[in-house]
Amino acid sequence: MNVANDKFTHRHAAHCESGVAASLLTHHGAAVSEAMAFGLSSALSFAYLPFIKFAGFPLIAYRMPPKYILKGMLKPFRMRLRFETFRNEAEGTRRLDELLKQGHVVGLQTSAFWLPYFPEDMRFHFNAHNLLVYGKEGKDYLISDPVAEEPQRCETGALQRARFAKGLMAPKGLLYYPESVDRTEVTAEDIRRAIRKTVRIMLGFIPIIGVRGMHMLANKVAKLDPADKLSLNYVGHIVRMQEEIGTGGGGFRFLYAAFLQEAAEITSLPELRALADRMNVIGDGWREFALKAVRMIKGRETFDPGLLAGMLHSQADQETEFFKALKRAIA
Amino acid sequence: MDVDAVPQEGNRTMGGHRRVMYARGKDGRMVIVPSRGGEVDETVTLQALERIKEMTEEARARVQAGKTSPLEYWMYAQRLDLPQLSQVTGFWKWRIRRHFRPEIFARLPAKILEQYAWVMGITVEQLKRLP
Repeated sequence: MNVANDKFTHRHAAHCESGVAASLLTHHGAAVSEAMAFGLSSALSFAYLPFIKFAGFPLIAYRMPPKYILKGMLKPFRMRLRFETFRNEAEGTRRLDELLKQGHVVGLQTSAFWLPYFPEDMRFHFNAHNLLVYGKEGKDYLISDPVAEEPQRCETGALQRARFAKGLMAPKGLLYYPESVDRTEVTAEDIRRAIRKTVRIMLGFIPIIGVRGMHMLANKVAKLDPADKLSLNYVGHIVRMQEEIGTGGGGFRFLYAAFLQEAAEITSLPELRALADRMNVIGDGWREFALKAVRMIKGRETFDPGLLAGMLHSQADQETEFFKALKRAIA
Repeated sequence: MDVDAVPQEGNRTMGGHRRVMYARGKDGRMVIVPSRGGEVDETVTLQALERIKEMTEEARARVQAGKTSPLEYWMYAQRLDLPQLSQVTGFWKWRIRRHFRPEIFARLPAKILEQYAWVMGITVEQLKRLP
C-alpha cells in the first residue's frame, strides 16, 4: 500500500499529546501552537498519586491525565473527534489502512516500549504515548511523532504491537481523527474559561492534586531516610517525571508561560504577559530543584532530604501566589 | 529559562535525538529550542536504568543459585516488574510469584510459557534459560 498525505507537515513538540492536538488542528485549518493546545485544555497540573506505582515509585505528574488535552480541544474548536478501539488486532490495522486511503491523518495511542524508532534507553513500558500516521509506503507507516525532530517510519507488525500493548492504560488499538472542525480561531472567552479551570485544579481542595499535592510530596521527601540507597532513586524519579517525560522543561511550566504570552494577545490582558514572566521564574525554580537533586545523586553534595523538601514547599507557595494572581488577572 | 540556558552538553540516553524545550528569547518571547539534553536528565535516566540492571543481575544470581526461575530474570531484563508483568499478562501476582519457583516453572504448560514470551518479546526457548 502506498499513500501519503502530502499536505501534512510534521512538527516537533515537547509533549506528545499537545503536539498531536496542535498538528491535527493545524492540518484541519485551525492553526494553533502546542502551547495554545496545552493551555486551552487546562492541562497544567500537579498530581502526587502514591497508590499508583510506576516501577515501584508513586506516580508524579505535572499535567492532567492522558486524553485530557484532546478532549479539551473539542469545545473551543467545535471539533468532532472520532475515537475507535478494537478487540481484534488485524481489524485495528485494517481500519487504520482504510482511513489512510481515505486521506485522513490518524492519531494513535501506543506503548513507548514497542516503537522501534525510540532510543533504546528511552523504551519504557508506558502505554499512553500519542503519535500521528499520515501515510504508508509498502509495509512502513509514515509517522509524525511529536517528540521526534523528524518524521519516522514504523513497520506494520511493530506498530500493531505498540497499539495493542497490554497493561495499565492499555491503548486497545485506539485511533482517532477529526470528523469536523468548525471553528479556527481561539476566543478570549475560551481562554478565560481554560485559565479559570487551571486555577481551580491548582488551588483545589483535594490533598494530592495541585499545590496541596506538592506540599504532600514535599512532606514525603522530608521523611526519606538518607541512609537508604533507594531514597536517591525516589528523588531521581521525581526529577525524571519533571524533566525527562517530554515536558518542555520545568514540568510544563515553561510551556504554560508560552501559552500565557499568546493568551495575553488574544484577551488583550497585558497582566498575563507579566504573569508569563513569573511562570518562567517558577519553572526556573523547578530546574533548580532538579539540579540540586542531581548533585546529591552524583554525590557532589550531601544528600539532604529536608533541603529538597524545603525547595518543594517553596515551589508550592510560589505557585499558590501565582494562581491567585492569575485568577485576579482574568476576573 | 533563557534560550542560552537550554542544556546542549548532550545526553547519551537520547540516542542522538533532540527534545523540545521552551525558553525565553532575547525579546522576551517564549520559543521552541531543540535540546541535546544535559547532565540533569541524563543522570536520572541512567539512574533508573541502573536500578533495573541491578535487579536483573540480582535475579540472575538467584537463578544460578537455583532460588528462582529465569522468568524473574527476563521480567527485569525486559524492563518490567511484578505489578507490570501482572498487568500485561492478566495473571495474578501470587501466581507469577509461584512461577518464579524453579520446580513449578519447569512444569509450566507451553501455553503459559508462550504468553510470557509474547508479552516480553522473546522466544519460549530464550525464556527457559539465562542468556
